[in-house]
Order: sequence, then structure tokens, then C-alpha cells
Amino acid sequence: MPEIKELVKNLASKHGKTRESLIPILQGVIHEERYISDEAMTEIARELDISAAQVYGTATFYSFLDTQPRGKYVIRVCRTISCAMKGKNLITHEIEDMLKIKVGETTQNKKFSLLETNCLGWCHKGPAMLINDDAFTDLTAEKVREIINQYIKK
Amino acid sequence: MSKKINLKIDGIPVAVDEGTTILKAAKQLNIHIPTLCYHDDLCIAGNCRVCVVEMKGSRTLPASCAMPVSEGMEVMTNTLKVRTARKHIIDLLLSEHNAKCTTCYKNGKCELQELAAENKISTASFIDLVPHKNYQMDAYSPSIIKDDSKCIRCQRCVRTCEELQHVSALGVAYKGDKMKISTFFENPMFEVVCTNCGQCVNRCPTGALVERNYLEEVWAAIYDPDKHVVVQTAPAVRVALGEDLNLEPGVIVTGKMVTALKRLGFDSVLDTDFTADLTIMEEGFELLTRLKKALVDKDPSVKLPMATSCSPGWIKFIEHTYPEYLGNLSTCKSPQQMFGALAKTYYAQKRKLDPSKVVSISIMPCTAKKFEADRPEMRSSGYKDVDYVLTTRELAIMIKQAGLEFASLPESHYDSIMGESTGAAVIFGATGGVMEAALRTAYEVVTGREVPFNGLNITPVRGMEGVREVTIKIEGTVPEWKFLEGAELKTVIAHGLTNAKKVMDSVRDGKSNYHFIEIMACPGGCIGGGGQPIPTNAEIRKKRTEAIFAEDSGMKIRKSHENPEVIAIYKEFLEKPLGHKSHELLHTHYKERARH
Amino acid sequence: MSYSNLKRVDLIFDKECNPKEIIKNTWAKSNDQIINELLESGLKGRGGAGFPTALKWKYTAEQPEPDKYIICNADEGEPGTFKDREILFKVPQKVFGGMAVGAKVIGAKEGFIYLRGEYRFLLPELEAQLESFHEILKDLKIDFRIKIIMGSGAYICGEESALFESMEGHRGEPRNKPPYPTIAGFRSKPTVINNVETLVYAFMICMHGARKFKDLGTADSRGSKVFSISGDTPKAGIYELELGMTVEQFVEEFGDGDTKAVQVGGASGFCVPRKKFKETIIGFEGVPTGGSMMLFNSSRSMFNVLHNYLEFFEEESCGQCTPCRVGCQQLILGIEAVKKGERHASYLEHLQKLAQTMKITAKCGLGQSVANSFFSIVENFKEEMIY
Repeated sequence: MPEIKELVKNLASKHGKTRESLIPILQGVIHEERYISDEAMTEIARELDISAAQVYGTATFYSFLDTQPRGKYVIRVCRTISCAMKGKNLITHEIEDMLKIKVGETTQNKKFSLLETNCLGWCHKGPAMLINDDAFTDLTAEKVREIINQYIKK
Repeated sequence: MSKKINLKIDGIPVAVDEGTTILKAAKQLNIHIPTLCYHDDLCIAGNCRVCVVEMKGSRTLPASCAMPVSEGMEVMTNTLKVRTARKHIIDLLLSEHNAKCTTCYKNGKCELQELAAENKISTASFIDLVPHKNYQMDAYSPSIIKDDSKCIRCQRCVRTCEELQHVSALGVAYKGDKMKISTFFENPMFEVVCTNCGQCVNRCPTGALVERNYLEEVWAAIYDPDKHVVVQTAPAVRVALGEDLNLEPGVIVTGKMVTALKRLGFDSVLDTDFTADLTIMEEGFELLTRLKKALVDKDPSVKLPMATSCSPGWIKFIEHTYPEYLGNLSTCKSPQQMFGALAKTYYAQKRKLDPSKVVSISIMPCTAKKFEADRPEMRSSGYKDVDYVLTTRELAIMIKQAGLEFASLPESHYDSIMGESTGAAVIFGATGGVMEAALRTAYEVVTGREVPFNGLNITPVRGMEGVREVTIKIEGTVPEWKFLEGAELKTVIAHGLTNAKKVMDSVRDGKSNYHFIEIMACPGGCIGGGGQPIPTNAEIRKKRTEAIFAEDSGMKIRKSHENPEVIAIYKEFLEKPLGHKSHELLHTHYKERARH
Repeated sequence: MSYSNLKRVDLIFDKECNPKEIIKNTWAKSNDQIINELLESGLKGRGGAGFPTALKWKYTAEQPEPDKYIICNADEGEPGTFKDREILFKVPQKVFGGMAVGAKVIGAKEGFIYLRGEYRFLLPELEAQLESFHEILKDLKIDFRIKIIMGSGAYICGEESALFESMEGHRGEPRNKPPYPTIAGFRSKPTVINNVETLVYAFMICMHGARKFKDLGTADSRGSKVFSISGDTPKAGIYELELGMTVEQFVEEFGDGDTKAVQVGGASGFCVPRKKFKETIIGFEGVPTGGSMMLFNSSRSMFNVLHNYLEFFEEESCGQCTPCRVGCQQLILGIEAVKKGERHASYLEHLQKLAQTMKITAKCGLGQSVANSFFSIVENFKEEMIY
């Protein structure tokens, strides 16, 4: 995996090689790859001179630092109380139906992953979801269909 | 003198140094506060919360292990609030724990079990979480078994692996209810940087990390009438075994142990000390040869400093972490493996045995020795040189299983051949011991005189500091070693892999010019090994060390090159140190391993 | 919009604010003057814990250590809270301004904003705003810089010592306290860590003086507060209101006419049932809140509400300490077992005792506060837990 090596090297020279750089580097890998592979983690461990288990332990602590392969677009539907009350399940089902995947899965073409997440901070405009970094709020079945369709075309 | 702080614990006034924790202050008053995640050797975690106490003026119950005392503080350790909380916490831990105690390897030696018994947790009041968990069992390593269903997440192992060993093969992964102790990517311990040192096993309060035991295999060999079972015992076992058999730390039990092994049914009870002495001969000459090549022949390929190779945890550490320095390791096998190779060659020949019928067992203070015996390099006799490795703890179990009342056993002597020991071999068990033994021999070879230290005790290399540098000036050389006249031999000793890393970094960064490095993977050397009786702490390790040096002082022969059996084996079998046969049987090579 | 019985305040989002001017004027004052002004105002931390801001700054200022830090805690993750996002979106300069003043008082040259990963979309605009703020500082020859650090999805990192751990590249696991951040915080140096909203109020107090703030609210709860209002309400959104109102007054304004309970302070806060609306004051003398106000009408099952909270905690606990890690799992399975009739209703009392243990023995505020919603929901809606 020479590209991963290159990516990690570049991130380490951008953020530095101290322990404080670990999370920014992991975030950088996520930005490019959508998940942190074991190869990426061993490279990071080598660059920062820490153990691979420490990299793994830190990555798995944070919900956004996925260590499982994810699609190009990671959809995170908020499951916390206000969104749940406003019909989060309808939204999740709509997406599952459209993409033919269940929560936690990735589409065959590696384009979408569907996840549920804890409070996104849009409780007054629920249901809400993130697609990668972008927030979508006041979701309805129609609205979510439209959004996903736009991403399918991307 | 630091400032004294006055406080009251359970109404009793006490004055302690500033910065002392409530737990330690209570200890001064002989008030025992139960703990789980706390360990003397490790930094404070404060995560199990078993040690909570009531503190006047505080809404919450602080963890006494983590709370420093303050002036006028009033602490209560045994109130209704404390007892209720403590019971809840133990109960919670039990609900997450696979509590099939009767079939657990740690049954009777488990700190959680002890706490549950002490607090009379009779019926589990909470819902059993074990069926809701997808607990994994990792039984692939020849040294260590990791059973997550027994884990209470105290992180003692994680702190051990990080702080004492700088390995961090174990870490904490995930969060919340999914939080677990994990290797990199949850790979088996066998496939990661784990050095098999077993320090985590020494500190695990439950059965989550235990040695892989070979009790049944060894019993089967003993019971097999076709087999000739030889057993070797490492130096550090004799000063610690008693701890698992109702004796105090620091009691020397060599003679009783030999009797016990004979009563267990081993056909021949022999001493790893014999090959420790042999190691000194081989390694001593290897060092002198490397020095000659470097100083006289100016051979650029010779690797200095030379590092000892007796500690298999250290070997695996360097293979993973500093592979570019593998050439600096002595090529000598460890005493265990030298013994194994000779047991099925020299010993079998002398005793007229079919080597295929010889089963070679070793009793070691070490879990990494189990891995070492499994290495593919360790078959130079044509067979597996050491068939099974038992820890000190496993031997104690066998002694109990056989119904032997250890304390009242008479003493007896090792069998022959390969049962002869010297004081130099005994001290292999303590940090600095290999260095001291090597110097006793090498100095005499080079100068024809004994080392210039009172009673052969090279005290500067002894001690418990993590890294110790000692320079020995060589004067009055015999003609053959004239080139060393006036030379200063720079040596360094480190124990615990965190200290090994310090030494290796200074070598790598060119900040040192050592000739000879002794490294032992475990704190205190083999006396603090991962296979030794539990518990371990600085105090216990000190007592074992004192016992080792007492054993040395009491020996008639204190120098490896004077071991009559060593002299004999060179005469009859090996010819000379570093000779052809030695190379075949007593030396090895190493391999680079991945860093994760 | 009319506010029949609640006083609307406009300190936070008021655009009439020239940061450069305020900084210039504030720099003309001594640190003691600034601390006294803050002390006089009665400003308490707006993250929920309510520690007096002036004292936090004072204690840190007193430390002789040359390196100190000021950190803006923008890891807003409490369910039902979304006001910090709005503040950072609408008035970032005021946040930076508050940090700069804090830095002056304590003697810090570096400040950090720890922004939750869920708000990464704010980053480009924030960075641009920060650049112009740094220009202001440069003009005024003030040696202070702010850096934005991104979180990665972990509620617990809102706990200050977990936040430091995260910034240092570790798992966000809370530390043992003491030492407190004022002595050993980020990089083990004296550190002031304030909530986004607190920093804006501090800056506004510098602008308007203590009086304007102090005249609002009650003796224990001075000033105003930004509320995040969600749930069964026709007026979900963000409102800055004077402190000291009762839940009854609040419900009259924001309820849908059928409000049966209000959760004050998010999942880690308290549930106030209808029968206690009248007597309960929203503030430090009653139920404290970081601003989260969730309304539930009679169509909602409080069992489901509690279950949702507990699932949140079970997952977001860092997992290191026993009471929180195992306690959360037991509370969830416990209420499920009672609901399904697998355990007797009296098991709820057992769970309440467990929650009490969690409240007093957990290592950090997260584990300690799980008991708040558990108690207040189970006690007030017991029948919903059982049938």
C-alpha cells in the first residue's frame, strides 16, 4: 500500500510527529480514505514511534474514526431523543430502502455507508443527519430521497 | 523533609508526608482498604473505584488510591455508604465477569474472587451481562492466554506493558460498554509485538491473563514408562518457589525443590546453572573475541557493544523494535536452550539413552521461555531441545497436586551429570548477575587474577536502579590478551524493557560507547520474571535478590570457569569455547519481526 | 415574537459589538480590575457545572508557571443542546474576544477551541473569522493566538480533563482530580477551560460592565442564558432568556398545551414532571442547565425517553470506571427486565440504589450525572416504567 504510506508521511510532516499529532493524522486519513486501515495504523505508529495498539485504541475510542471500510459518503442519522421523537426511524428506513443496505453496512459499489450516531446538535430541526461533514435537517422521507439522489448522481 | 499533613482516618489522627494518598495513609494506620486496579509498581489509575472512602465535606466518595491527603481531612473507610458502594461495585464487576470460578485457572488466586468472598457477595443481584457480550478467548500464544470474559478492565496489564516494558502490545480499545483490553486490531497476542514477558500475567488480578500451562503434558511424560524425563531448574526459581507454598519471600528452597522434583517422578533433576556457567564461557569468549577483532584486527564488520541474549523477552523486543541491532546480540543461546540441546546429545550419550525417548522439561521464572522453546531455531539436537517449559507457579501447582508438604521436605542434591552449579550461575537470576559472572571469568582469563573486588562481589553492577553503568579498568594482562592492557571496559546493565529502550536509544544515537550490555526483560531480572509467584512488588523482588546473593556467597565454587562439569564437558565433548560443536549446539541466530 | 412572562435578553447575539474596541478598552484595565468586574457580575460557567468564572481565571492567574493555556470548550454534545453551534456560527468574534481577555488575565499566549467533530462544517468560516481576529490582535500588538482543534465524535470529551487527553492525542478518558485544570490542565500546565457561551458573556461584561448582567436573574443565578429548546414545542429553537423563571412560566411560553414533563439539562439533567412545574426554578437554586430544555407531551412514553438516554450513556461512557461502564448497562437491562416482567417492580428500587452509587463513586461528571435523569424519571413516572 504505497499510497497509504505516502499519505501518512505527508500528514505526519504537516501535523508533526508528537503524540498530539495522532488525532489530526487519523482525521486526515479519514478525510481521504473514509476509514483507517490496519496498514494506515501501522504506518502512523511507525511515524509517531508509538505502538500500533495505542493507535488502534485511540482510533476506536472516537465514533468518527472508523476502522472498518466505509463508502465514499458516510451517512450518519442522529438517533438521540429529539430526532427519535421526530421520526428518525422513518428516515433510516427510507435510506435503507433506497440504498438496499442496513444500518452499519456499506453499498456494494462502496459509495455509501449508513450509520446511526448520537446527538448531532440539531434537536430543534430533527430529524437530522450528516453526510460526511455536511448537516441536513428537518428531514422528511421526500427530502431525504432527494438528498440521497443528488449524492447518487455525484 | 517534606511537609507533614495531619488528618484523621476513622477517627484516628495520623501525620503523613504531603502528597501521600489516603490509601497509603490508611496503610500506616494498619487500616486495609480493598483495591483492584491499584498496583505498587504502576501509576495510579483510579478506575475500578473499589477503594472509595467517605470524606467529610465531600458529596462524592473519592477513590482513596488517587486522592492526596490534605490538612484537617476526615476520612471514613467503613461507613454504611462506603460498604454499600463497595458491594455495588464488586457486584457490578461480577456481573460483567465470567464467574465460573471452579474451573478457572486462577481459582483460589483471584483478587476479585477474594473480594467477593470477603464482602459475602452471595447472590449476584444484577443481571448477568456475560451472555450479552461477545467475549473472545485468545489461546494461540505458547506463553500467554488472554480470556476477555475474565477481564475486569482494571488496566493493570496495559499500564505494565506501557510503563514497565514500553511495549504496549496491550492497549485499551473502544469506549462505553464495548471498552476492552485489546492488541492491535484485536490480533492474537502471538502475532503482535508482545514479548511474552508475562509481566501482565504477574499483575492481572483475575484469570484474564494467565500463562499457558503444560501441567498435563508434563504429568503424561512422567507417567510414560518409555520416557526418560529430565528437568532443569533456573536460578531464580529456588528463591521464589516457596512463596507459592506458604513460605515467606526470600526463603531459599533449592534442596527442598530438588527433593520435590524427585518425588514428582522426574528421572533426573538437573540444574540450569550448569548451562549458565557454560553460557559465561561461551559468551565471555565471544566478547573477548569481538574486542580482539575490533581493537587488534580492526575488523569493521564486528558488532560492538555486545548484548546478552539470555532473556527471551528481551530477544523478542529487540527483534521487533531494534532489528538493525540483531548483530549486536551475543549468538549464545540462553542457558535453558543450551541445556535442552545438550540434554538430547551429550547427556543422552553419556547416560546411554535414546534421545528420542528423552523428554526435556524446564522450570523457569518466565513465560517467554515457553515461546523460546517453541522457536524453530531451537532444534539443534535433532529434536525439540526443550519439550515443555513450566513456570515457577506451575511447579508449585504440581507439588500441591502430588500432595507434598513442601515446607517439611528434606533437602537433597541435584543429580549428575549437568547438575553442578557455581555462585556465578546462581546470580544469573538477578539483574546484573550475568555481567558479574562474566566479569569474574573474563577478568581472570585476561589478567590471570581474580576480579579486584572484595570476596568476588562486584557490588557496582548490583542494585535496583533501572540503568547502571560500570567501567572496569583492565590492568596486568597476560601476554595473550596484552592488547587489552589499560583498557577500560564499559558496561551497562538494564532491567525492564523501558530501561532497555533507554540503553538502546543511547546506543543508536551514538551517546554511549559501551562494550558490553546486560539486559533482562523483567524488573529485577529473572527473580521478577513473568512466571514467578504472584504478587510481585519492589519489596518482594528485593528479598528474592538478597536470597540469590546469599546463595552465591554460600557456594564453594563462585566462578563459572571452575565448574568441574563445565571443565569436563569441554574436555570430553565441546573441545573449546566457540568451537565447532559449540556453534552447532549452543549458538543461534535471530530474525527481524514487524513492529506491530 | 411575544414573551408574555419571560424576559428576552439580547447580549449574546447582539451584533452591536466592536471586538477591537472592547479589547482596547479592556487592555487598559488591570487584571485585578477585570477579575473584580467578573466577580461582581456573578457570572457562572454556562456549560452546566456553574463554577464562578472569575475564580477559575483568578486561580489560574495565580499560578507561577510561565506556560498557561485558555481553552474554549466547543464540544457541545449534551442531547438537546445546540446553542454553541449557533453562537460560533453567528458571533465567533465574541468567542475569540472572551478567550483573548481570559488569556490576558491568566497570562496565556496560546488558546484553543476544541470543536466537536459533528460541527466540522463550521470550520472554514471559523478559520476565516479567526484570521481577521488575529489581525485585530496584531494591530493592537497583543501576543495571543488561537488554534482550532477538531473532536472526532465522543461526548465524554466535553468533560474538561477528557478534553485535555483528547487534545494530547489520547483516548478521551477523564483524569483523577485533583489536580484541577487551574493547576494542571492541558499539557499538565495551568489551564482555563470555559464553555463557548461563558466566554461570550465574559466579553460582554467587559463591554457593558458587570451591572447590566448582574441586574438580570436571581441571587444564585445571575444574568441570562441561552436556551436550546426542543421536543414537543411549537417554538423549537434558541432563545436567550433571563434566569430565574419557573418551569411553569417556561412551559406556558414554549409548551404545546399538553406538556407532561420537561427535561432540564439534557440527558444528564433532571426531568421535571407537571406536578412540580410551579415550584421548580430553572437555575442553580433549582434545576441547573447547560441550556438544554426538552419538552414532552402526553403522547410520549417516559420509559422510551429514559431508555434513549441510557443507551446514549452506555455508548458514550469512556468505559474506564466500573460504576459508569457497568452501571449504565445494568440500568438499561434492568428497566427492560422490569418492563417485560422478567424482574419484579421492586427491582427498580434496587436500580435506584445503584444509580445512587454511580452518583457518588463514578470518576467523572458523566457517570455521576446518569443518576439525575434516572432518578427523576423513575421516581415521577414509575407506572410508565412498569406497565
